[in-house]
Amino acid sequence: MDPRKDVIDDRLKGIKRIISITGGKGGIGKTSIATLLALKLAEENYSVGLFDLDFSGPSAHLILNKDNFDFPEEENGIIPPIVNGVKFMTIVDYTKENPSPMRGIDVTNAILEILAITRWDKMDFLIIDMPPGISDPALDIIKLIKRAEFVVAATPSKISIPEVANTIKFLQNTKKSILGTVINMIMNGTEQLEAKLEELDVDILAKIAYDKNYENAIGDVGKLLQTDFAEQIKKLSKRIVKK
Amino acid sequence: MHEWALADAVLKSSQKVAEKEDLEEVTDIFVKIGELQSINKEIFHQALEATIEQQTNKELFENVNFTLEIVKAELKCNNCGHKWLFEDAKNNLEDSETESIHFIPETAHVFLHCPKCNSQDFKVIHGRGIWLDAIEGEKKNGS
Repeated sequence: MDPRKDVIDDRLKGIKRIISITGGKGGIGKTSIATLLALKLAEENYSVGLFDLDFSGPSAHLILNKDNFDFPEEENGIIPPIVNGVKFMTIVDYTKENPSPMRGIDVTNAILEILAITRWDKMDFLIIDMPPGISDPALDIIKLIKRAEFVVAATPSKISIPEVANTIKFLQNTKKSILGTVINMIMNGTEQLEAKLEELDVDILAKIAYDKNYENAIGDVGKLLQTDFAEQIKKLSKRIVKK
Repeated sequence: MHEWALADAVLKSSQKVAEKEDLEEVTDIFVKIGELQSINKEIFHQALEATIEQQTNKELFENVNFTLEIVKAELKCNNCGHKWLFEDAKNNLEDSETESIHFIPETAHVFLHCPKCNSQDFKVIHGRGIWLDAIEGEKKNGS
């Protein structure tokens, strides 16, 4: 038998709340929301971890401007390095930004391994950057991290609405705690998405306009934290703390 | 050493099985170590002995014997079907690449290629990592 799954709850037991940032399609801002949320909570003096579990396209390290991919410290497991005040685990520390063509079973194994060996210790929040939608790896994480609360990222694009609705329905069907949605990259109307969210009975936690300055600020965490996007994420963090 | 975290997982799984099977004492734990993960047998044995102390029900393991077996890692290319052994490929790896695979065996897909067609799309047939093969013990009623 595989012993790794029997140790995951124990590895996460010192964490008060686990917030998973999920959503339908890729490219809707899950990583930006997850990373900025971790940074904003850390600014408020919470002890925070960020876990990039999107192994097919890990990118939180780019937003954190982490350019050192030394192996994390070992002490009875792996100790996540602290980057900009946030404990941060990413598979990039092991792939060194090389292509990693893993099939479903490999991604499952890698997720199990990293969950079993990472020692987060005591923290107020662990923010998880999820793989898109209800793909194999997302289903694994939903199954393995039982007490995660979900924030669902969405954009008003007509193309993304059905996928985000399906993700929400799946989480509701499996009786997971959904804190609410973040409507991101707003350029025009949000009526169609909002109507769908109302039908699904899901709260809207934040409505964030497309921020053209955000992309230019990537690479400079100080600048990033001054963007309108970051200001909206700060409000989101306050709502999450109160929930 | 991150082996301690895996040894802890083996003992927690063993404890779970022991509780399910109503065992008073675990006498033997059999573990297979996949060669791909390059875990040293002696170090893993020490890690198992050392992590007994951290278990909530450590008296279960008071007289336990550990039997560890290294399983050769065999890989099969999903592209051309060629099979090869990790031991034949590992000499071409840099130390840091072996180290990555040691921590997360799936990073083999980053650093290894099929020797025949150069594809990184392969599967590990056997010999990936740590596997709890069996446990033996004494039942509470003495059987």
